Order: sequence, then structure tokens, then C-alpha cells
Amino acid sequence: MFANFDFDVILRSLPYLFYQGMTFTLLLTTLATLGGILVGTLLALMRLSGIPFLAIPAAAYVNLMRSVPFVLMIFWFYFLVPYIGQWVTRSAQPLQVGAFASCLVTFTLFEAAFFCEIMRAGIQSIPRGQVAAAQALGMTYPTTMGYIVLPQAFRNMVPVLLTQTIVLFQDTSLVYVISVTDFLGAASKIAERDGRLVEMYTFAACIYFIISLMASRAVQQMQQRIAIIR
Amino acid sequence: MIKIDAVSKWYGPAQVLKDCTAEVARGEVVVVCGPSGSGKSTLIKCVNGLEPFQKGLITVDGISVSDPKTNLPKLRARVGMVFQHFELFPHLTVRRNLTLPQIKVLHRDPGQADKTGMRLLDRVGLRAHADKFPGQLSGGQQQRVAIARALAMDPIAMLFDEPTSALDPEMIQEVLDVMVTLAKDGMTMIVVTHEMGFARKVANRVVFMDKGEIVEDAPTADFFGKPHSQRAQLFLSKILQH
Repeated sequence: MFANFDFDVILRSLPYLFYQGMTFTLLLTTLATLGGILVGTLLALMRLSGIPFLAIPAAAYVNLMRSVPFVLMIFWFYFLVPYIGQWVTRSAQPLQVGAFASCLVTFTLFEAAFFCEIMRAGIQSIPRGQVAAAQALGMTYPTTMGYIVLPQAFRNMVPVLLTQTIVLFQDTSLVYVISVTDFLGAASKIAERDGRLVEMYTFAACIYFIISLMASRAVQQMQQRIAIIR
Repeated sequence: MIKIDAVSKWYGPAQVLKDCTAEVARGEVVVVCGPSGSGKSTLIKCVNGLEPFQKGLITVDGISVSDPKTNLPKLRARVGMVFQHFELFPHLTVRRNLTLPQIKVLHRDPGQADKTGMRLLDRVGLRAHADKFPGQLSGGQQQRVAIARALAMDPIAMLFDEPTSALDPEMIQEVLDVMVTLAKDGMTMIVVTHEMGFARKVANRVVFMDKGEIVEDAPTADFFGKPHSQRAQLFLSKILQH
């Protein structure tokens, strides 16, 4: 039944698929995850601060981000940011923002909303007594957070954080809406050029599957290594 | 050294501390006892500002706890506290539990912090366990580490909030032994506990609380000999029966 298939197309296009496509996909995933964790942690601390002036904007942001389709965000952001940039820098022309930069900002901001909620749950899972003990020793809020609460919260959250990252890895394929070529986009281009849709899409699916599977295995192992002994 | 002056505290409409007044002098050991829910833990947590209170004044070494101008972390660093549930930091080794606060709060250099930490671990008999995690120790051992951690800060006073209540019976003694030694060394201590044997042995005074009030504040011998109030008599008869 495979007589009509040409699997050679995969071999021929490997360099393009991986050097162009996969590099972009992995780079975007990594940077957006790091940025998302950073911004998400800040948002979580704002939400948990109990100061309305900080908590309400953070909550509003998270709820907004979570109630808009991601594709819409990518699209909208790509076309809007140049004008915001123009307004901020007061230049005559809309600001030139590269597609990659636009993607990175959108993904970071979007992931930050999800990481914020994961972080918030993680921070709230640390018993109040731990904070009390740190305070009783004379630790300030930043020290308590940085050395006592967040390290424990991170350990508790690692499985969820990395699972979210694996979802993000798959979601990067949505950049096709602004014509950026990621791994799936590269596969799709070859598929259409050579008329080998089945082969290329099957291959892409396999690669996504393998990477996601390996990543979740790695998560499990890591989880065992960093688990807190109780 | 510690002065509690007419302190009242409310949780919403419920008053949990009513006009509490007490004083602890340097080197004195004061045991606070009373039925559960009587506000003894709340009172002791007010002393280092872990619980806010609405009325009254608490001073530690002349510094007001509730004054917004007080550097609370700095004050807390000078008052050791031991909790019912130990509250060691589970992600850090015993050694790091002892050194981290010294380094981050007192800005000691790591070598000095480690030396101090090990000396105190020695004192509570746990030097061999320095590189274990809290989860690998028994409850009694964890509580002794917690005491060592508080002592590493060179506190001027120690607060104990039911230090043996969460322990299995066979581990209570090892913790009490450490506390007795500490008391005999002249540490200023406020101890919330039901361990009347400990109170008899080392307390200078016993404070009895009920329903948020300090009902009785008497020298230890007087308290156990002939408590004035009926509530204290009732409490003692219940707790000393077995």
C-alpha cells in the first residue's frame, strides 16, 4: 500500500526541516518558556500580594489572556505592535518589528498568564508555617520568597510547568498565521511544493510525538531527582 | 526584657486576646498554659510580630513590636522561635537550614555560619545528621534541629509554641531535655506547653490563660501549690490526673 509514497522526500528535506524549522520551534519554545516563567512569577506575586493596586491589574491581565484564542492574539499582536511602538517612540512611521520578535513577545505574554496561575497554585501550596518560620528568623519578604517559598513551589510545580512547556512546543506551530516558518511550516512547504502531503505530515507528526514523549519522560526523571524528601 | 501591656486582639468580631499584661525579665523562664483556644499561641506570636494586635503595647528589649517604624525583621532575628510543627525548610539540608538564616539575615560569612551551626548541632546531639534532609529525621530530631536553628541566630530570648505537642510520646523527652539545658544556661524563654513536669522543673513563673485572658500569673511553686482561680484549679486537676 506504500507503493505510491515517496519517503525519500523526507530525507532530501531533512536539513531544511531541522536547520530552519526545528531551530525556530525550539528557540521560540525555550525563550518563551523562560520569559513566561519570569513574567508569570511576577504576575503571581502581584496577585498574591494582597495589594489591590497590584493584584487587580494582574488578575485582569491573566483573565483576559486566558479568554482570547491564541491564534487571534498572535495575529492581532503582529499587526498592532508596530503602531504601539510608533506611539511609544513618537516616530512618524509604524515601528518595524520582526516576525520572530513579535512571536516571542506574544508567546511570552500568553504563557505568562498560564505560568502565573501555575505559580500561584504552587506558592499557595506551601504551608503558612514555612513563611512564619522564615519571618521569625528575621528574613525579609524577598529573602523568604527567594530562598524558602519559591524553591519549594518550583519543585512542586515542575511537572505542571514542563507539561505546559510541552503544550507550548506544540502550540508554536500556530505561527503559520503570520507566515513564519517553524518545523510544521517547513514540512508543509515541502509537502505542497513536492505534492507529498501524506509523507511530510506523517513525518512531522512522528517528530512532534517523539520529542513530546522524550520530554515527558525527562520530566518524570527530573521530578524524582529534585523531589523534596518528606 | 519582654513587656506585654494591655494587649487585645480581635479576629473580626471575635476577641481572642483580652487586655493581656505580663512581663518577662532577663534570664526568666515563663510557661504559658491553658485550655486549647485560650489564646496562648496567639499571644506568643504577637511577641515577635507574627500576629498583629489591635490594642496595647509589646516591647522586646525596649523596642515596640507594633510600631510601624520598627524594623520587624531585625527585631525577629533577635528573638528565636520554635514552632509546634518544627517548620524546618524541607528542601534544604539540616546544615543549610542552620546556615542560610545566619548568612542572609545576619550577613555572617559562610565559614563562620557553618562553624556556629555545627557547634549548635553538637549541642542538641545531632552533628552526625548535618547533611541529611529534615524529612529523613524523626520528629524529635527535627524539633531539636529547629531549636539549634533558632539558637544559631544568637537570640536574646526564645519563644516556644507548643514544641512537643506534635511529637510522638517517646520523643518528647529528648526535646524537653534540650530545653531544660537551655533554661539552666540562663536563656530568657516563653514556653507555651502542656508539659507540667517541664514547668515544675525550670519555670520561674506560670501564666495561665483562658478565653483570651491571663487568669493567673504566679511563681511556679504557688501556681502548682494553690492556684487562686477556680479555672486554673479545674485545668490543673484535669491535666495532672494522669
